[in-house]
Amino acid sequence: MIEFKVTPIRNGTVIDHITVGMALNVLKIIGIKGENVQSTVSVLMHVPSKKAGWKDIVKIEDRELDPKELDKVALISPNATINIIRDYNVAEKFVVEVPDVVKGIVKCQNPGCITNMHEPIEPEFLVESKKPPMLRCIYCDRIMTEVSDYII
Amino acid sequence: MSSSYKGADLVAIRDFSRDQIEHIMDLAEKMVPIALGQERSDLLAGYVQSSLFFEPSTRTRLSFASAMARLGGATLGFDQPGGSSVQKGETLADTIKMVDSYSDVIVLRHHSEGSARLAAYFAEKPVINAGDGAGQHPTQTILDLFTIRKAKGKIDGVNVALVGDLKYGRTAHSLAEALALFGAELMFVAPANLQMPKETIRAVDKLGGKPKTMTSIEQAVPEADVLYITRIQKERFPDLAEYQKVAGSYKINNALLKDAKTELSIMHPLPRVDEIHPDVDLSPHALYFQQAFNGVPVRMAILALLLGVIE
Ligand SMILES: Nc1ncnc2c1ncn2[C@@H]1O[C@H](COP(=O)(O)OP(=O)(O)OP(=O)(O)O)[C@@H](O)[C@H]1O
Ligand SMILES: [Mg+2]
Ligand SMILES: [Zn+2]
Repeated sequence: MIEFKVTPIRNGTVIDHITVGMALNVLKIIGIKGENVQSTVSVLMHVPSKKAGWKDIVKIEDRELDPKELDKVALISPNATINIIRDYNVAEKFVVEVPDVVKGIVKCQNPGCITNMHEPIEPEFLVESKKPPMLRCIYCDRIMTEVSDYII
Repeated sequence: MSSSYKGADLVAIRDFSRDQIEHIMDLAEKMVPIALGQERSDLLAGYVQSSLFFEPSTRTRLSFASAMARLGGATLGFDQPGGSSVQKGETLADTIKMVDSYSDVIVLRHHSEGSARLAAYFAEKPVINAGDGAGQHPTQTILDLFTIRKAKGKIDGVNVALVGDLKYGRTAHSLAEALALFGAELMFVAPANLQMPKETIRAVDKLGGKPKTMTSIEQAVPEADVLYITRIQKERFPDLAEYQKVAGSYKINNALLKDAKTELSIMHPLPRVDEIHPDVDLSPHALYFQQAFNGVPVRMAILALLLGVIE
């Protein structure tokens, strides 16, 4: 049985199985700041997960995520599931995937890195491991593990 | 691998394979008489090198200039950004695009880590990293390898003790890995809070470098074929007294060397402050001035290869 804690949405996106505690970071990534949002957004934090322990869920009406946003979600919550809702039903479902190269969505944690110096260049990282995400800056070589604090 | 140098960048030592580094050293060996001024060469006549030093350097900058001049080429650039367009807020990217059109190869020393990689991205001409902040300094690594090979006839099996601040400064890390790649055995001699990072020790171990770590330099001296001294920086210590205690215990003088092998060589990237007592300069152990000279033939070889004049 589906048990709805919030009103079902007709069209939109449900981001499920978000690493517990990361819901607010997900909101930040998809640019939900309040004034500019045209549709309903609901957030469920700390709900029991069938798979393991606890999870967060974010539901957004009338909106699908672009590839950059999906990559960002993957970086802070590599097990998140994206459910595209059409006409109240789950029309598509996929697990986010950390890409092999991360470009322009994370800033380098090394304050001395050239990418933090107002140069006309996007920070870029090679993904050394995906779960949990571990990134290596292609410029300064710094390894990053606390990625969520550095999402652009 | 022959022509694969032409147009290549040298940003990090791992941009080149062991064979390629070996080839650079072989060519550097042939450059020695020209570097000494015993033979003349116009191998790079008509070629122009841009030498962009955003941070001060004496040895690296002058040895690149000497290398280019000895081969008949010219050098332009600056050794301090003051007065240049850089100080007016120009981005490194724009500076690089400009000098890319003025010259055939770009030598860059810059305070930001990753700056040489950025330069390589914007330049069509080869970029040589002459030090990027706490990052890489690959021509120094190659000249260090060359110096050991030249003094010992080989690198394989040579016991090298790296002494000093091994924690910060990626150059010590890349040197350790490069030495291990070439089969050297390694000792890491440092105060506990400045010891080689675990990842580097692991990497060296994997390459067969049999790394040993220790705090006492007295313990390393009798075993070492090479003592490679680096500077311990004051900034790394919370208080001056602690710094003086540690720095004092890593000073090289003739008394310390009484148990050394007769063929022991002492290296130092220079400039030294007081890590090595001047008395040691006269001993047969001192290799650091030779090491500084070796920067010239090694950089001649690198320039000739990246410019594609020699394969
Ligand atoms: N119309 C809807 N409005 C709001 N939320 C919905 C709607 N339809 C499904 N959901 C939510 O989307 C998520 C995925 O729904 P689904 O029915 O596929 O559940 P599931 O079988 O538990 O999926 P999973 O195996 O991914 O956990 C659930 O959190 C569900 O509550
Ligand atoms: Mg479920
Ligand atoms: Zn970086």
